[in-house]
Amino acid sequence: MANSADPAAPARAAIGHTVWPARVAREPVNQPMINAWCDAIGETNPRYRAGFAPAAMLPVWTMRKFTPDPARVEGMAILQPFDAAGYVGVAATNLEQEYLRELRLGERVTEEATLEAVSDEKKTALGSGFFLTILHEFRVDSGEVVGRMRFRILKFRAREMAATARPAVAAAPPGRLRPPVNRDNAFFWEGIAAGRLLVQRCTGCGTLRHPPGPMCPQCQSLEWDTVQSSGRGTLYSFVVAHHPPIPPFEYPLPILLVDMEEGWRLVANAFQIERPALEIGMPLAVEIVEVEPGFRLPFFVRAAGG
Amino acid sequence: MSRFVLGGAAAIAGIGATEFSKQSGRSELRLACEAITAALADAGLRPAEVDGLCTYSLDHNIESEVFRNIGGRELKFFSRVHYGGGAACATVLQAALAVQAGLAEVVVVYRAMNERSEYRFGSGLMPAAHVVTAELVQFGWYMPYGLMTPASWVAMLARRYMHESGATSADFGRVAVTMREHAARNPAAWFHGKPITLAEHQASRPICEPLRLLDCCQESDGAVALVVTSTERARGLRQPPAVIAAAAQGAASDQQQMTSYYRADIARLTEVELVARQLWAQSGLAPADMQTAVIYDHFTPLVLMQLEAYGFCDRGAAPQFVRDGQIGLGGRLPVNTHGGQLGEGYIHGLNGVAEGVRQIRGTSCNPVAAVEHVLVTAGTGVPTSALILGRGTRR
Repeated sequence: MANSADPAAPARAAIGHTVWPARVAREPVNQPMINAWCDAIGETNPRYRAGFAPAAMLPVWTMRKFTPDPARVEGMAILQPFDAAGYVGVAATNLEQEYLRELRLGERVTEEATLEAVSDEKKTALGSGFFLTILHEFRVDSGEVVGRMRFRILKFRAREMAATARPAVAAAPPGRLRPPVNRDNAFFWEGIAAGRLLVQRCTGCGTLRHPPGPMCPQCQSLEWDTVQSSGRGTLYSFVVAHHPPIPPFEYPLPILLVDMEEGWRLVANAFQIERPALEIGMPLAVEIVEVEPGFRLPFFVRAAGG
Repeated sequence: MSRFVLGGAAAIAGIGATEFSKQSGRSELRLACEAITAALADAGLRPAEVDGLCTYSLDHNIESEVFRNIGGRELKFFSRVHYGGGAACATVLQAALAVQAGLAEVVVVYRAMNERSEYRFGSGLMPAAHVVTAELVQFGWYMPYGLMTPASWVAMLARRYMHESGATSADFGRVAVTMREHAARNPAAWFHGKPITLAEHQASRPICEPLRLLDCCQESDGAVALVVTSTERARGLRQPPAVIAAAAQGAASDQQQMTSYYRADIARLTEVELVARQLWAQSGLAPADMQTAVIYDHFTPLVLMQLEAYGFCDRGAAPQFVRDGQIGLGGRLPVNTHGGQLGEGYIHGLNGVAEGVRQIRGTSCNPVAAVEHVLVTAGTGVPTSALILGRGTRR
């Protein structure tokens, strides 16, 4: 598809034009609708039982049924060139209302919507796209403007789709929670980052310990070094998480507790092991995988012969 | 008679609670005040007589605000216990120690929370941290892998327990069915009038295998408060005292908070075994002396593991004990006659202590005949605690 043309060009040409036919209120300003709105909001001002409508009810009089598919919204043809160019996302970003005066019982409201502005292409956390501002003007039969509303949307190309075409944009999607690192556990995560599975060893008595800590529970020595694990072990226990789903994990999510052959235990996820194959006692091996740019984690894979 | 310093010197003289709901619609502080004043009224004491407060470290209501709101005058003792529901009975122990030591005369234990409507422990979200504490480092061994909820932490123990004992998901289900059966008869229970069948348990969706939805306790809004005073003073108050015959805390070798995965054997609760040994030694009582028990039921498998740790059955025998109906009404040891946290409400176990008191008074909605002693336990998988409540003897 040739889409080198500016996808916003048709929209720019439509600035100042109406985006759909004027909407005339089905009923004039009336007490029953005012009563229902005031009840819902908790508004008790007696003024709204004495001939006046709350100003904030402005868009209520001409409101239409919500249509979730924007392509089917009458008059939104200006969005179609964006869709054709891959900017299929739509997000409402701002809504401003301006009240010039209160409406009175019996007045009939007409709403006219014009395209007021189209931005240059912007990079956002959602993706790259264009902000479109639609100005809604509310008039009464005399032609007097009683209020305005500006509704701003972003037509965007989602980040993932843009990734091949453009450099990564700001705000990474939610990733795995990173382990908090302090002086007691930094060696482990630095080892993983370097592709090595390290276990803490007391230099006083030689005991391996995990999770690591500052003092040896066997001999109270504060001196320690690390040794590299073979990564081999057998499954001691496991769970398969389903709920609640926590981004960015995919569910069902197996999480394993493994007896390492050096005599310590480690928790990690399974990598390419089908859930029914998980069986206590099965042989496993650690593989260190980069799960997000610059972030590696140990995973358990089936051991050779396992 | 006993080496135990308390020796029945302190008692629970009053209990109070709000309703147990999913959305209280009021502040946690207000819930605390409501439950505390209800407990004081139950005991026949005035707020101005309170001189001690104990709660959980996880409670959001600081003692000073609680005290000024209830109209307290002079607060001489306040203390908190960590480890979530593991604190349930330890708060009572703290209160009893303060009373016995003469530091305070009337100590109120409280737990008030809008857990369901405002934060949900089960959501798997970790609070933002500004300091990398040892506690946070501990959870860091699990967070990157998605092992982030209480259900998932417990499921790891449950899987190994199944492997060792032969317990099945249906055995876990029998615990849930029994709790809901008890709750169905308790007008204060969220699940009043709503028993479940084993088939419904087996059909409930997996949360974290091997746990199903109906293996997990509720999440609740509500508050419970208890009034602890000397047994002597309690005898002159409005209600028959529930005497604290024994109370103990425990954390055992290689203990972690919810994830004690590095012990040689994780299919047993060694911290609970430690608490049990202390209770039996302090009181001179044995499991056979308990007519009923309140066993902390955040997750069904840990009810089975506690039955073994307290010696109500041998290791690995709890599934058969439950299959035989022994934890139901009319069984050898009716458990959680209020419906537990699976059925009544989840107030971090303090509602269970209140049920223990009601069994001593004979006012439970599911009264057990001739109750002399009740075991009450606290949250497990964490450093934990427990109590034995009794009628006491006039000396």
